[in-house]
Amino acid sequence: MSAALPAGRRGLPRKVPRKYVPVLVTAGLFAAMLVAGGLRYRGFADGQVVLNVFVDNAFLLVVAVGMTFVILTGGIDLSVGSVVALSTMISATLLTGHGWPAPAVIVLVLAIGAALGLAMGAIIHHFEIQPFIVTLAGMFLARGLCYTIGTESIPITDGTFTALAQTKVRLGGGLWVSPSVVVALVVVLAAAYVLHHTRLGRDVYAVGGGEQSALLMGLPVARTKIAVYTISGFCSALGGVLLSFYMLSGYGLHAVGMELDAIAAVVIGGTLLTGGSGYLLGTVLGVLVLGLIQTIISFEGTLSSWWTKIFIGLLLFAFILLQRLISARRG
Amino acid sequence: MNAVARHRLFWPAVTLAGLLLLNLVFTDHFFSVQMKDGHLYGSLVDIVRFGAPLILVATGMTLVIATGGIDLSVGSVVAISGALACLRISELGDQGSVGGVLAAVGVALALSLALGAWNGFLVAGAGIQPIIATLILMVAGRGLAQLVTDGQIITVNSAPYKLIGGGYWLTLPFGIVVVAAVLALTVFLTRRLALGLLIESVGGNAEASRLAGVRARGLIVTVYAFCALCAGVAGLMISSNVSSADGNNAGLWIELDAILAVVIGGTSLAGGRFSLGGTVLGALIIQTLTTTIYSIGVPPETTLLFKALVVTLVCLVQSPAFGRKAFHRRARPASPRPAPDEKVKVTA
Repeated sequence: MSAALPAGRRGLPRKVPRKYVPVLVTAGLFAAMLVAGGLRYRGFADGQVVLNVFVDNAFLLVVAVGMTFVILTGGIDLSVGSVVALSTMISATLLTGHGWPAPAVIVLVLAIGAALGLAMGAIIHHFEIQPFIVTLAGMFLARGLCYTIGTESIPITDGTFTALAQTKVRLGGGLWVSPSVVVALVVVLAAAYVLHHTRLGRDVYAVGGGEQSALLMGLPVARTKIAVYTISGFCSALGGVLLSFYMLSGYGLHAVGMELDAIAAVVIGGTLLTGGSGYLLGTVLGVLVLGLIQTIISFEGTLSSWWTKIFIGLLLFAFILLQRLISARRG
Repeated sequence: MNAVARHRLFWPAVTLAGLLLLNLVFTDHFFSVQMKDGHLYGSLVDIVRFGAPLILVATGMTLVIATGGIDLSVGSVVAISGALACLRISELGDQGSVGGVLAAVGVALALSLALGAWNGFLVAGAGIQPIIATLILMVAGRGLAQLVTDGQIITVNSAPYKLIGGGYWLTLPFGIVVVAAVLALTVFLTRRLALGLLIESVGGNAEASRLAGVRARGLIVTVYAFCALCAGVAGLMISSNVSSADGNNAGLWIELDAILAVVIGGTSLAGGRFSLGGTVLGALIIQTLTTTIYSIGVPPETTLLFKALVVTLVCLVQSPAFGRKAFHRRARPASPRPAPDEKVKVTA
């Protein structure tokens, strides 16, 4: 019922299929916000301001990519924020407390994240418990493990991590991004390739469009569902590693509520929460819009931080209403 | 015995009893309830008292989930309601005036109702998925609560307001009285009148029940408004108990606890059926778990680990698929035997 049907839409050129409309609207909004910010604030229309949105949100981007996979199958993953925190905590403990080498730590953290996701996916599929509840338990588990490791913030002084945190990848013209942004973009490209050019990607859309139909078509529903939660767990762990580059500390209270930001980014990017319809490009734009809201509020100066939440709420409302209108006209 | 074991509240009740017994091992006189200065005291009373806001929120959540929906915004409503009431009271000339406190409480509850109606309108009127419709208020509402308190913690010093969350009435903590009243009213409305049946029919199939003449939209708006009202009352209790309102942290994650309580109580998230008794059991399990962790001396940092463990176990035990797969070998030989008996009965 939520499958995007390609069809012309009144008011737009025939060439733009309706399934691209939500993504295009998000892109339009992003452009409008950039223009409005540039007109209103001195120094806003600078390439580095846009790049800083990437630098400050690289970890969220990676997490949101994993969330996109899960939401495309019609599921939800509430554990991502906690897994991010757990990853920073494990990294910090092993690096600072036990003197492990950085590559070993990163590999271990990624493996733990993927394993947590795999376990949640297996429980969701084999025992038929709602994703909401299973990932909620996963959220408690990961957050609880953080506090069990330690309740204090642990600084990271490891050479590799600090080097990665301070390196600037120069793009010419005085513009730069952090290595995390490069990692995030690689993840986005890999995920886009998997979603649109591999069998797994087609299975993800098929399961989201209708699990029963996918099963009757002989698609590997079990493998797909477990795979998306594993991907989400892996992406969360990677997001956690990027966050430890950004924060240079491990703390059980890092990334509280990040699952909401990730879900909001996916929704603003035009992906339907019922599954089966949406694009990774939309998620990228969604993360950028969220980041730009924060930038604008910091440029405004007088607005307090809670306006961010109110604006995100309003944006969510506007986008969901838009999606409703589009899908209502389709019927 | 088998019929008892198959009752939907069997496993939640066993879990709660197990937790309580565990407490008895570690704490002497855990079950003793004493009367001091005309007030009831005791660990059991405390569990119900501290669990009161959760029971309230979970009661409203049960009805929402019964319609096939979900309400993520209750935590924000808790914060907004507490913040608004404390703001109004702090602006009073005499914070002890009963009329002023009643007016503040009235305004806070009216706003909660309005927020709930807004959720209901988004779900029933605009046809937005419940999880998303309420996500809007969950995110924006936290900001609104901080807007009301201006990012500060508002403290009040008002005896009448303190009664709601910290006072006693007829030997019982006032919060328990409120919860009992709300529960009794809800049970009466849903189990003695047709309302419960209508809610379940909407949860089973909203379109079919609309065609059958049930006013599904009005019902859904009512249910969301009721849920927000419960959250509003819980918000008053929480802020009154500490005589202050914190827009940032009040009611944080209470929506998740409430949903857990409902699910542990055996109400399916798919909607169409609900069990208020199960929800109360579920909320008590969550509260007892917290108490147990403190009383048996587990470091409080591992609270969440235990919660994850218990939640997973209770959900697994209740999952029919888990029963089929985990007890595969035992179930197989047992199942063919009762079948012929039943057949004989039918033919005879």
